[in-house]
Amino acid sequence: MSSYVIRRLLQGAGLLLLVSMIGFAILHLAPGGPLSQFAAGGDMTQEDLDRVAEQLGLNRPLPIQYLDWLWRMLQGDWGVSYRDQQPVLSVIGSHLGATLELMLTSTLLAMAIGAWVGILGAIRRYSLFDGLATIGAMIALSIPTFWFGLVVIYVFSVGLEWLPSGNRYTIGDESLANRIHHLIGPCMVLALVSTAVWSRYMRSSMLDVIHQDYIRTARSKGIPERRILIHHAVRNALLPMITITGLHLPTLLSGALVTETVFTWPGMGRLFLDSINYRDYPVVMGILMFTAVLVLLGSLLADLLYHVADPRLGANPT
Amino acid sequence: MSASSSVVAPAAPPQPARRRGGALRRFARHKLAVFGAGIILFLTLACAIGPYLLPFTDTYIDIMQRFAPPFSGAHVLGTDALGRDMLARLLMAGRISLLVGFSAMAISMVIGITVGIVSGYYGGVLGTVLMRFVDAMLCFPSIFLLLAISALINASVSSIIILIAVTSWMEVARIVEAQIRALRARDFAVAAEALGASDRRVMFRELLPNAIAPIVVAATLNVAHAILAESYISFLGYGIQPPTPSWGNMLDSAQSYLTSAPWLAILPGAAITLAVTSFNFIGDGLRDALDPRMDGR
Repeated sequence: MSSYVIRRLLQGAGLLLLVSMIGFAILHLAPGGPLSQFAAGGDMTQEDLDRVAEQLGLNRPLPIQYLDWLWRMLQGDWGVSYRDQQPVLSVIGSHLGATLELMLTSTLLAMAIGAWVGILGAIRRYSLFDGLATIGAMIALSIPTFWFGLVVIYVFSVGLEWLPSGNRYTIGDESLANRIHHLIGPCMVLALVSTAVWSRYMRSSMLDVIHQDYIRTARSKGIPERRILIHHAVRNALLPMITITGLHLPTLLSGALVTETVFTWPGMGRLFLDSINYRDYPVVMGILMFTAVLVLLGSLLADLLYHVADPRLGANPT
Repeated sequence: MSASSSVVAPAAPPQPARRRGGALRRFARHKLAVFGAGIILFLTLACAIGPYLLPFTDTYIDIMQRFAPPFSGAHVLGTDALGRDMLARLLMAGRISLLVGFSAMAISMVIGITVGIVSGYYGGVLGTVLMRFVDAMLCFPSIFLLLAISALINASVSSIIILIAVTSWMEVARIVEAQIRALRARDFAVAAEALGASDRRVMFRELLPNAIAPIVVAATLNVAHAILAESYISFLGYGIQPPTPSWGNMLDSAQSYLTSAPWLAILPGAAITLAVTSFNFIGDGLRDALDPRMDGR
């Protein structure tokens, strides 16, 4: 098991190296480059710009800049934001909580609803409920997240006035109730796609399981259908969902960026968009790397958990 | 977008060709797919012909008629903040959005198929390097990648098409690579090689046609993905720039008028959802039709 983990971690590290090269290349080969923000202000002469480039080390050959950045990053120095001179890691850290809060709650919501819809759809395959759930999931996957956000704001904030239309809490009132009240809208919006994905995969996984021999055996032993479904089928059908949750992480992060923008939620996605607007390269690069690490860790954890949770695969995955 | 691409079902094991007969019939049995195809046909025709039949152009500004609600007067679907006819704008925007969807799909398929077929056929170091590159690109959440690049280029219709294409070919490459790798060990491929066929002939004339079913499905879903991607980056301000309307950038300013003129937000969003849902339905139907063993899962 440990050798497998080590191999996966090494593979992940190699992949991250490639990821960092791609990210660095995208940001630095583009016309304009990191200096364009300073140039756009109009306060600087060409001389000033040259000096800034010199001081920030932007006039060196790109591979040197990359290796320098990489070496510092490995030592925990991710650079400072061009906007306010704060260290990149602390800028990301101060926005991370809001994003994780949003992603976690919406994932839990999506799991609860999606699993239930999927299980019911598989048990009553081709029923009216199954048909509607299939169509509903397809539509949910096709709705632009930001548009669904606008619809939720229009219905629940503008129309019914039940929910606030943005922000994480009312200024001056950071009570739990107030935070939850603000969380409902964005959580609902971000959970939409995940719920659809969960319901589809859960249905498919459940259909695989309920045609297995051990379910037939359980039936022939006269175990009540309800008990078979809960104790034998659902438990096994849930296993592959661990992998799905890991693989779904990039989509979830993308959704979070859009949801945060619509609901002015002060998370990492909004920070990324703001940093792009400001050409704040160190922060943009930092967030790109951070999300890549999250995605890789997510898939590694999902694989490991899957092996731990399913004894049939043995404790020593290869 | 992101959303639709993540639910591409695991590629089915390759099947030899010569069982296409009945695929059309199976597709026709898939009511939602037929419905989707009908909607796409209708949308395409409406966007192509519609603008010529309307009394207003999409750029005609009538400031006295601004914020006219739908079904209220001369403007069937109302007007926007500058008094431009919403229906005319929706149809012209549809031209752009569908154009972006189809073109980005075509380019991403060319890249994805090429990378997949080369790494699947040759394997070895080249194949490993290419597929690790695919893995690395997939580590970036798609919107983050789109935004990182889009902020740095001049937004025009053609650059947006290329931008979406270069960020959405990876899934196709994976599907094709897996198919080709499995197919090239089969007897017919080995026989073709033994007969002295060139690499290119084996790749494109022998192997590729046998891997076409999952490619067609992926292509359909990629159109849906591209339309969504365009709407996301346009909504975030980095996509198609006004005055050229697209379904995405029509929504760009709609949030400010949500209270007073909700139709500005509802109509383009409904158009995107309708088009994307239809492509997803078609993709689903094609998957069932081209691979009968999937059995509706």
